[in-house]
Amino acid sequence: MAEKVLMKGNEAIAEAAIQAGCRHYFGYPITPQTEIAAYMAKRMPKIGGTFLQAESEIAAINMVYGVASAGKRVMTSSSSPGISLKSEGLSYLAGADLPALVVNAQRGGPGLGGIQPSQSDYFQATRGGGHGDYHMIVLAPSSVQEMAQLTIRGFELADEYRMTAMILADGTIGQMMEPVSFDFEIKEAPAKPWATTGTKMARPHNVINSLYLNAELLEKTNIERYQKYALIEEKEALAEEYMVEDADIIIAAFGIAARVSKNAVNEARASGIKAGLIRPITLWPFPKAVFAKHADHAKQIISVELSMGQMIEDVQLATQCKVPVSLCYRVGGMIPTPDQVYQAIVEANEKGGK
Amino acid sequence: MIVFERPKSLIDVPLHYCPGCTHGIVHRLVAEAIDELGIEGKTVGIAPVGCSVMAYDYFNCDMIEAAHGRAPAVATGVKRSDPDNLIVFTYQGDGDLASIGTAETVHAAARNENITVIFINNAIYGMTGGQMAPTSLPGQVTQTSPYGRDVNLCGYPVKICEMLSELEGPEYLERVTVNSVKNVRNAKRAIKKAFQNQIDGKGFSLIEVISSCPTNWGMTPKEALQWIDDKMIPYYPLGVYKDRSAGILCNPNKEEK
Repeated sequence: MAEKVLMKGNEAIAEAAIQAGCRHYFGYPITPQTEIAAYMAKRMPKIGGTFLQAESEIAAINMVYGVASAGKRVMTSSSSPGISLKSEGLSYLAGADLPALVVNAQRGGPGLGGIQPSQSDYFQATRGGGHGDYHMIVLAPSSVQEMAQLTIRGFELADEYRMTAMILADGTIGQMMEPVSFDFEIKEAPAKPWATTGTKMARPHNVINSLYLNAELLEKTNIERYQKYALIEEKEALAEEYMVEDADIIIAAFGIAARVSKNAVNEARASGIKAGLIRPITLWPFPKAVFAKHADHAKQIISVELSMGQMIEDVQLATQCKVPVSLCYRVGGMIPTPDQVYQAIVEANEKGGK
Repeated sequence: MIVFERPKSLIDVPLHYCPGCTHGIVHRLVAEAIDELGIEGKTVGIAPVGCSVMAYDYFNCDMIEAAHGRAPAVATGVKRSDPDNLIVFTYQGDGDLASIGTAETVHAAARNENITVIFINNAIYGMTGGQMAPTSLPGQVTQTSPYGRDVNLCGYPVKICEMLSELEGPEYLERVTVNSVKNVRNAKRAIKKAFQNQIDGKGFSLIEVISSCPTNWGMTPKEALQWIDDKMIPYYPLGVYKDRSAGILCNPNKEEK
């Protein structure tokens, strides 16, 4: 049994990144993710890495773009308003097919919003965030252990598919402390012959670029990128299924909302209601097949979110509206209680469905 | 004996620049500096958004195309990825460096980031068809200042070398031009020094090149070169604004007055 250490979620991300071989971190202070920067500032100089506090989120993501171009594992982290600023860079990373890891410890919005937890950047994350046709791989941890595990997985996926992986966390999981084990097998970064590391006069020059003035060529690159996305949708979608096999009422929830919902499911089961939970771990690709599989026997699905209802659209699409889907939510930094979710399960169960 | 040849660091393709534009001259000077210092194999260039957006098709070293104004941040990332083995330069116009990318420019300079910045100041947005730039002169007629730049309405031009010379960070700041053979030779010296400084680990070096844009200035190439002498240089005096290693620590032109 590997040794466990008590850590905050944000610190677990930082430590996992270092263990994954990330030696370059660029960030700008914003609550509630600053522990990541603080951890990196302390550790990076001791291991020959780079921690740099950038002048802005925009500069930070472009420094990430620079290191990614040079073929090294690199990351930045921020929270909702900062991710909006990074969105320009996220689009360029996609357009240039560069691997990077970006953490969003979400807080309530829009605008400056608040500093309490939220999941209201779901659309922004799963639809890309910046301009143009693209996706990021979006991973949604719901424990401190998963913060570490998915950070490592994020670096691996980013390298494998040459694209950005985003850890879509929230203030709660970032700030809470849990025991975490770092007993991971970590895949080394693959060779990156496309990187701008200097030609050493041994090969033609490499160009990292997202500009295609030839419309036909730009169309072709978009189509090829979407072929890659199709492969990712087929291979990488991931969800936890909890007591769903015979469930009448299925909760769809990720991150902190799933932790709360799991308690509610247990409570419902104890009172004789056949409830279950599908917890998407990848938000893009969305685990459509898991939802499709259970759409036949479920009577009601409840999407529990810290947003005004964003993931619910993907649930409806994945089940092709075969099952009524309702929303149970709190926003603005508020979190649903297990009792609120339990009440929603009871009501849905009374309603029946289909 | 070969007395004149194309620099090896410049790919043998026709440049897309307009007749009389000085980008071609500056590209050549950068390539000559890279050749003469023997650093082509370890150099990474960052292209901007603007007329020189396709510089990655012209320089033979590894190249990266950055988002508008972000080249100094991208260069920071590249340089920090392998500081002992890479030489990194950005090539940026005035809209890119002095407007949308002001913050990235100022902070790369403040950090004394060990990179080389080639700054083309032609007082206009060329690629988008001649709009007012942060460096357009007071009274200058452009597409978006059709009655001349009104300083009461849109303020004064940004003087990058003067502004950055007030920072403790940067190692080297010089303003040159390329409107005569003498000035081209001087610009070459400055650009080569800016790369040498990086090789020597001295830090941030920026060479501002006062350049011409005959197309959007509405002039012949010859008139445009003359306009540099008549209008641009009086507003943007040439010279070394900072050379820390040589003890030049602020704008010499200001002190002369």
